[in-house]
Amino acid sequence: MTVVEDRPATADAPPPRRVNPLWALLRNSWRQLTSMRTALILLFLLAVAAVPGSIFPQRSVNRENVAEYFAAHPKLAPAIDRAFAFDVYSSPWFAAIYLLLFTSLIGCVLPRLRDHIRALRTVPPEAPKRMGRLPQHADGLESAQPAGETAVRVAATLRRKWFRVRVREQEDGSWTVSGEKGYLKETGNLLFHVALLSVLVGVGFGHWYGWHGNRLLVTGADQGFCNSLTQFDDVSLGPQVDASDLPNFCLKLTKFDATYQSTGQPKSYDATVAVSQNGGASESRSFTVNDPLRLDDANIHLLGQGYAPELKYTDRYGVSQTKVVPFLPVDGMLTSEGVAQFPDVNIDPKTNKRDDKLQMGFEGVFLPTGPTDGTARSEFPELNNPVLYLTAYQGDLGLDVGIPGSVYSLDRGQIDTGALKKIGGDRPYALKQGEKVTLEDGTTLEFVGVRQFATLSIRYDPTQFMLLIGAVLGLIGLMLSLSGHRRRVWFRVVPTAGDDARSSVIEAGGLPRTDYPGFGDEFTSLTRSLKEGTP
Amino acid sequence: MAELSNQLMAFTVFAYLIAMICYAGEYAFGKRSVIGKAASRQLVGAGAPVIKQPTAPDGPVKPGRGEWSGRIAVAFTLLGFVLHLGTTVTRGLAAERMPWGNMYEYILSASLVGAAVWVGVLLRKPNLRHLGLFASLSLVVLLGAASLVAYTPVGPLVPALNSYWFIFHVSTIIISSGIFLIGAVPAAMFLIKNGYDEGKRSFPYTLAKRWPDAGALERLTFRLHAFAFPLFTFGALIAGPLWAEASWGRYWGWDPKEVWAFISWIVYAAYLHARATPSVKRTVATWIALLGFVTMLMNLFGVNLFFEGLHSYANAGD
Repeated sequence: MTVVEDRPATADAPPPRRVNPLWALLRNSWRQLTSMRTALILLFLLAVAAVPGSIFPQRSVNRENVAEYFAAHPKLAPAIDRAFAFDVYSSPWFAAIYLLLFTSLIGCVLPRLRDHIRALRTVPPEAPKRMGRLPQHADGLESAQPAGETAVRVAATLRRKWFRVRVREQEDGSWTVSGEKGYLKETGNLLFHVALLSVLVGVGFGHWYGWHGNRLLVTGADQGFCNSLTQFDDVSLGPQVDASDLPNFCLKLTKFDATYQSTGQPKSYDATVAVSQNGGASESRSFTVNDPLRLDDANIHLLGQGYAPELKYTDRYGVSQTKVVPFLPVDGMLTSEGVAQFPDVNIDPKTNKRDDKLQMGFEGVFLPTGPTDGTARSEFPELNNPVLYLTAYQGDLGLDVGIPGSVYSLDRGQIDTGALKKIGGDRPYALKQGEKVTLEDGTTLEFVGVRQFATLSIRYDPTQFMLLIGAVLGLIGLMLSLSGHRRRVWFRVVPTAGDDARSSVIEAGGLPRTDYPGFGDEFTSLTRSLKEGTP
Repeated sequence: MAELSNQLMAFTVFAYLIAMICYAGEYAFGKRSVIGKAASRQLVGAGAPVIKQPTAPDGPVKPGRGEWSGRIAVAFTLLGFVLHLGTTVTRGLAAERMPWGNMYEYILSASLVGAAVWVGVLLRKPNLRHLGLFASLSLVVLLGAASLVAYTPVGPLVPALNSYWFIFHVSTIIISSGIFLIGAVPAAMFLIKNGYDEGKRSFPYTLAKRWPDAGALERLTFRLHAFAFPLFTFGALIAGPLWAEASWGRYWGWDPKEVWAFISWIVYAAYLHARATPSVKRTVATWIALLGFVTMLMNLFGVNLFFEGLHSYANAGD
């Protein structure tokens, strides 16, 4: 309750201002948002909001895991999907928290920046009258020099210790020396927070202007890859990137070496590619797991590897087709699963028409080292005894519907409806390298050979380097702000009474402006060094 | 060499265990100890500590007892630390690489850093010896968990770990986690001591009677965290992303380990902010530090055991 004086306003006085309630609301909300309390709450919200991203599979991390989750929880998954449980870090509520937090940060940093610049430009203030009230105080330090010279000496000592110093002569003949130090603490603090903001902005730009894609590349000159959208297995362009912006280069995997421990644990991978950029000559480059191939506007990372058996199918008209089919590893010993599909076979040369009932599909596993015990698990990741176990299917593969399906398994729907039928009994055919089997209808399948493939991640992120600089600056700022201490010291030098002003007495006081337990020791050593006259 | 490492490990845990018992003995038989008085009054041994001292039913308790127990505890702590160092070094020699390639070795190294910090504190500030019971307790629990749950035979690294960033990233994270973990000890003690100073006399608070001043504990908590935080920032948010960029192609990908490192970083940042804000009580700030400790534990054990991600080199004892 305030008491309002009831008296008429004079003509000159401005009329009492009525604060616009909307303006007041905005102002108060802004104050609330930029308070430390709100910032702390937002920090906690951000931490809590990040948790679901580690519990639920994330689309940005692993799409297959999300699909599996949907299959395992058909009721729950769509419901939590609406709350962005599978896209936590790009969800509106996650964005809302960090945007509010950064707004709060800006609202906190800007006034502090203004204050700090002002503080950097103001001289250390005059010594307080009663220094005995300061947290640190020392009196009666004698100096054999006159007051003026003593003050200059004190100032020099302080300057040597990186204090900002101001010497003032008083009207009564005494001198004061004011020193202040530790501005780097606030500088570091502001640097840290500005660096955080720059990192956020950098991440945003990287997302807008970057792109990345994955590609499984089999060795061999016939299996090349050129950097265009259609040649990726999957690709994601930033909102500001157009397909024509992709840099122009082509890759061929010429060699892939993998070495293993006797336990089957991998020791090293080494990929060699022939790369040509912007239509230039092809050059041979090597790269490995922790050492990506860095091209002009893209980096190529080696993520994994596996085997691609080469299969030759000869149809009932004696026409052969050879395919190199990557099989995806399912365990550490590179037991791999895959499928070979031959849609354009058994075409009658007379009518030149394809019979959809006679398309061929082979599904099964590939074992680089076939076991001796007859199980379908590889014993070692190297090609010691490569074996293929394949089941043959005949019928409509369902490839012409236009729905993109997996290239690593047959269309289950076609098998369920009976459009695609298993032929040749329940036991799969076992083929060693170079072997050929003859199917029921007289057609043959030959296991010609095995090639290696590498899974590559191809990426471009224009702001990466800027982010690194931002992070390093932030770290420097953080260390400054955590290790620095702002403090002030004052010295009053008074000429000794009745000594013809040839000697003087120093009184000292110190004020730590931040929590600083070591200040007492520093103050003591400072006054001691003055007393002894040593710098 | 690998077997020597395993044997040293057993001796390490044993030495820390004896140290822990002796610290407990100091509590029980210390001259001003509540438990000591109660024990001699009721003629009941206070649980574990009755190893070598028969309780004197009458006459004054000898003043040297608790002190001696404490000194023996310190000796065993130092012995344990040396054995711990030996375990870690022989492990590294056996594997011919830095000993932090899986969860077992990671805990071994992180707790070694914790033990080193504790030994440093002990040598510089002997009057903080009472913290020893808790420090040695956490060491015994961590190392015990490492041997029982996470033991992995010596082996070389998978290709993805074969990088010089491995040393920077993992060593800084191990050191900072070790300091964060040991920093939780004075944090918890501050809260208990503070409660005792406020007049609480129920169970955990009674322990605090002979502990150092609450302010000193709180300052130690802050200094440990303020030291570890930039190191953790470097390890998790600079060296980690640098390596991730070279290895996986992206500097940050919200892998579960990354998520929880982010959460720990946020919580510890909140602690530092709360502590720097005069309007926030020191007890509240310290609770935030303890919350950070919980998130670190979650990242160390929970993420390795429950979630599958790119950081799954852990081999958590399967």
